[in-house]
Amino acid sequence: MSNVLTAVGVVGGLGLLFGALLSFASKVFHVKVDYKVEAVRAALPGANCGACGFPGCDGMAAHIALEDGPVNGCPVGGQPVADKVAEIMGKVAVAGAKEVACVMCQGDATRAKERYTYTGPRDCRSNAATGGGGSKACTFGCLGGGTCKDYCQFGAIEIINGLAVIDKEKCTACGKCVEVCPKKIIEMVPYDQEVMVKCKNTEPGKEVRQKCAVGCIACNLCARTAPEAFVVENNLAKAQFPFAQDPAEAVQKCPTGCIYPGLAAKEAAKKEKAV
Amino acid sequence: MANIFQIIIASIFVNNYVFARFLGICPLLGVSNKTETAAGMGVAVTFVITLASAITWVVHEFVLSQFGLEYLMTIVFILVIAALVQFVEMFLKKSSPGLYNALGVYLPLITTNCVVLGVAILNITSEYNFIEMIVNALGSSIGFLIAIVFLAAIRERIDIADVPEVFKGFPISLVTVGLMSMAFMGFQGLV
Repeated sequence: MSNVLTAVGVVGGLGLLFGALLSFASKVFHVKVDYKVEAVRAALPGANCGACGFPGCDGMAAHIALEDGPVNGCPVGGQPVADKVAEIMGKVAVAGAKEVACVMCQGDATRAKERYTYTGPRDCRSNAATGGGGSKACTFGCLGGGTCKDYCQFGAIEIINGLAVIDKEKCTACGKCVEVCPKKIIEMVPYDQEVMVKCKNTEPGKEVRQKCAVGCIACNLCARTAPEAFVVENNLAKAQFPFAQDPAEAVQKCPTGCIYPGLAAKEAAKKEKAV
Repeated sequence: MANIFQIIIASIFVNNYVFARFLGICPLLGVSNKTETAAGMGVAVTFVITLASAITWVVHEFVLSQFGLEYLMTIVFILVIAALVQFVEMFLKKSSPGLYNALGVYLPLITTNCVVLGVAILNITSEYNFIEMIVNALGSSIGFLIAIVFLAAIRERIDIADVPEVFKGFPISLVTVGLMSMAFMGFQGLV
């Protein structure tokens, strides 16, 4: 009987001692947390994707609440979250320009040539690391291995005929694909921008022509037709968004079709052809 | 001195807590996706194991032995470790926010890490004195650190390899741990 009593006494005593120490410690080591941090943290999506550039939603919340960070700093949450955060912080949310990720290449399996047949693991990173930049003749273009698709948590990326295509409605601009792409062919573009030059090849036109049917050959036609909308730099045309001039004519004149006319325009053109 | 050296080699390689005793598999698989986070977890575990071993040893020596209550070791040690980790977390939050942010995520996880309890109990059953105990605790936690960092490095490579669909994720990681464990068996009989 006395054995049991000592056991109960010792373990109970230790428990009480630790409990008392902990409650004492929690008073002594108490750190004040701004209630705003917790409120902002609750308003954020909580995906911890890191697209804002902070380590997780906690980091973003602390930045907004304590260091006067931007209320629309969360690219995933967009306007609704920015509104909520602004309400907590007592600020007016400025509409952040919505961005989406876009693959700046149109060279799919039928349009772009391959230098050799790649037979390694189905992953762009190992493809790009071998054979001097991967199996594609154009060393700038999308390899179509689908690494970005594996990393997209929102199912916005599909590989169509050896080319990654991003659904801009599903894209949340988290930037995971931009980070993981070994060719750096994925870029963030404004959601409203329809027309863009989907090519990154800076080689001279003659070489581009040999490698890809939809590469930019730096012919300067777009820049001459619509000088306010396009510039050609370093053998590559670049769209100047927002457009100061209607780019439609320049898009029409582009001999290779490397200027992407936007999804709506493209589908309309397809229908016209079918008729 | 020779004895201390023997303990170091034995705790790091021969009796590696992960590969030879199969303790701490949960954090080993849970936080070995990236080498960086794995190293963070390893350092946090090193810190907690060393501290917990020292305190449990003292509690055993001066409380449990005095009352002849050695059979309550397991439950008392769990109590001590849980309270200690809580205390360390509070202390770090106040005194060194930098270290708290570095270890922060891992500290609560360690409360229920069986490596900590395993080292504490094996210190007692091996009848080490205080210095041997500290050396053994440090050695075993370095063994854990090595195991988790190695596994994380291998997993980073497996990530971009062409793993069959059924083996993706945890299955291939468990196979990897098994193979690494077999490699560590080569140290058996060294000490």
